[in-house]
Amino acid sequence: MPAVTIQGASKAFKLHHRQYHTLKERALHPFQARTYDLLQAVDNVSVDIAQGEFFGIIGRNGSGKSTLLKCLAGIYDIDAGKMHVRGRLSPFIELGVGFNLDLTARDNVILNAIVLGLTRKEAKARFDSIIAFAELEDFLDMRLKNYSSGMSVRLAFSVAIQVDADVLLIDEVLAVGDASFQQKCFDEFQRLKKEGRTILFVTHDMGAIQRFCDRALLLEKGRVVAIGDPADVAHRYNALNFGRTVHELSDDRSDDDRRTDYRDADITDAWFEDAAGARIASIPHREAIAVGVQVRFNAALDDPSFGVTIRNNAGATVFATTTEWSYGPTGHFAAGELVTVRVRLENWFTPASYTVTPSIARIGMGSDTIDLRADLATIIVHGGRFTTGVVDLPHEFEIQRG
Amino acid sequence: MSSQDYGEGKRYGPSAFGDDLRRFVSLTYTLASTDFKLTYFGSFLGYFWSLMRPLLFFGVLYFVFTDIFHVGTNVPNYSVELLLGIILWTFFLQSTVGSVQSMLSREGLLRKMRFPRLVVPLAITLTSLFQLTTNLIPIFALALIRGINPTWAWFELIPVVALLAILASGIGMLLSVLYVRARDIAPIWDVTSQLLFYASPIIYPVFYYNHHTTSYYGKDCAFNSESDTYLNILTGKTCGASNVPVGNNLHLHFIGHFLMTNPIAAVIAQARHALVGGHEGVNPSAAFALGGWEYALIPVGIILVVFAVGVVVFHHEAPRISENL
Repeated sequence: MPAVTIQGASKAFKLHHRQYHTLKERALHPFQARTYDLLQAVDNVSVDIAQGEFFGIIGRNGSGKSTLLKCLAGIYDIDAGKMHVRGRLSPFIELGVGFNLDLTARDNVILNAIVLGLTRKEAKARFDSIIAFAELEDFLDMRLKNYSSGMSVRLAFSVAIQVDADVLLIDEVLAVGDASFQQKCFDEFQRLKKEGRTILFVTHDMGAIQRFCDRALLLEKGRVVAIGDPADVAHRYNALNFGRTVHELSDDRSDDDRRTDYRDADITDAWFEDAAGARIASIPHREAIAVGVQVRFNAALDDPSFGVTIRNNAGATVFATTTEWSYGPTGHFAAGELVTVRVRLENWFTPASYTVTPSIARIGMGSDTIDLRADLATIIVHGGRFTTGVVDLPHEFEIQRG
Repeated sequence: MSSQDYGEGKRYGPSAFGDDLRRFVSLTYTLASTDFKLTYFGSFLGYFWSLMRPLLFFGVLYFVFTDIFHVGTNVPNYSVELLLGIILWTFFLQSTVGSVQSMLSREGLLRKMRFPRLVVPLAITLTSLFQLTTNLIPIFALALIRGINPTWAWFELIPVVALLAILASGIGMLLSVLYVRARDIAPIWDVTSQLLFYASPIIYPVFYYNHHTTSYYGKDCAFNSESDTYLNILTGKTCGASNVPVGNNLHLHFIGHFLMTNPIAAVIAQARHALVGGHEGVNPSAAFALGGWEYALIPVGIILVVFAVGVVVFHHEAPRISENL
């Protein structure tokens, strides 16, 4: 029996050309045609999600993934189709729903837990473990308005996780909170998964999709485009998202190339590894890391340029390099060749999560991108000091008087 | 807690009542008590301020109607009656006006959570009910000061207040869900509630009027003309030498009965009757003021119909509240 069944679910929103918000307006324009556009946010989506599955939902902005999640969460009514969730459901669509800034953390925990579906007794019984998980024992009687945003997110997440739901709906709530807490959240998801909980996870982070999910679903304009292995689906997502960019950039290529999805080379994988060469998801500050990129050549190429861009969770590029700048000519690659490119770098990143976007391009007049995969792998840097900078470079002070 | 297994045949989306009664009750109570706590303990002198409004209103009206117009002088225990009327009205007004924009103020919750939608307006009524309970303290205090002895009849206040609460929650459901569609419900209800205020015996005492008595406010009292009548009601002047028989004032007679079919009027009349006790010519029970217990079914019927309409309309609108907001 699947934990979540979705059969031909559809949801449309009416976008009225003229929306009347008052009785007066309706009375004044009784015969005006009530025209509207129908926005099909979710269009005939069907999927069965097995119990214990970590299921990713990806798609571009406006592709309907949040609407689908809200339908599942029972916030919107679907127009057609069927939905069925077995067991208790905990939506992490927004954390801290019902939090009241004027109440203390203590009161808010109870309030939020009841809103999420616990009884008062259950909420009180779990109070200590909620606070312990959030690591906020010292701030229990502080009003929430005096909490930092990170602290309230921690509190909210702890409540939501302690509800002990069978099915968790997670909608990019982890964009906030510091790196070590993010890591803790993912650890917690892994633990819940091992316990047989089902997790539905909506994100833009292809790294997280590939790292955590058993299967993924790609939505575009409300329809299911792909469903299956997370790496393949992430690949399709990148094709959707950056495909156009890649093609725009390669206008000088032959028409044949542009008509098909064929590329001269495909980036098939990317990862972070430690000094010993083991693939890692997190690393302490200052411990050396390397970025690995695997490329398969479909055609013979001379001196392509391999590039790596590292961005932080705010989306800012922290570091970028290409073989063109730092290596020189890369040589000849034969069709069918599988190549691993490694960039070793010193890890001066401050604690946060970082993603890598690998790319491969022809060098020449202007950059001609062959393949580019946005945010293909993620790493969380922890430890170190908190500074306001994105990097904590080795440095020394000198103070000279006189 | 039982698992929420949304059955295959059941409606999946948001609804008015949800599928777990315990959660419904617990959520309503939690939201209401949180709001109550915030108004009472959230600000400096919270209880004082929330009591100050009706008391100030009471003070002004009491001064006007005893020292300027002499209602109070002729109605025994006018102060207790006035305060009771104001407190009950405050409850009704607070819960209905609060319900109007309740969906908007709970938008965050409605857009992010699956929970029975009816909780939102009901929590508002419940908060007002908590406040009414604390506001009853000064009423009982005043009644005791005025030398009214507690009687078993005081317990009649419980079903009477319950009827008012049913009416208030019925109107609250209706207003909250209509406001989602039409934003001018707010000013419309503002005006309507003003009308209801004056149509209800809050600042004026309940008079009764039926075929068996020749007068109100005492025997051998009648009106000179219809124009005098309202003045008489308001000022409570004992009618002196006028000899026009009451039978000529059928128009007023009708209005008197008609006004009492207003459920708020009936509730206030009955509450006063219970608290102060009936006297000759004043403070009749609602049934008596209406001219018989069978007529008392009219206001009760109105209350139940309003509540039923509220439930039906709310149930119909509930699934789409979050997207129409």
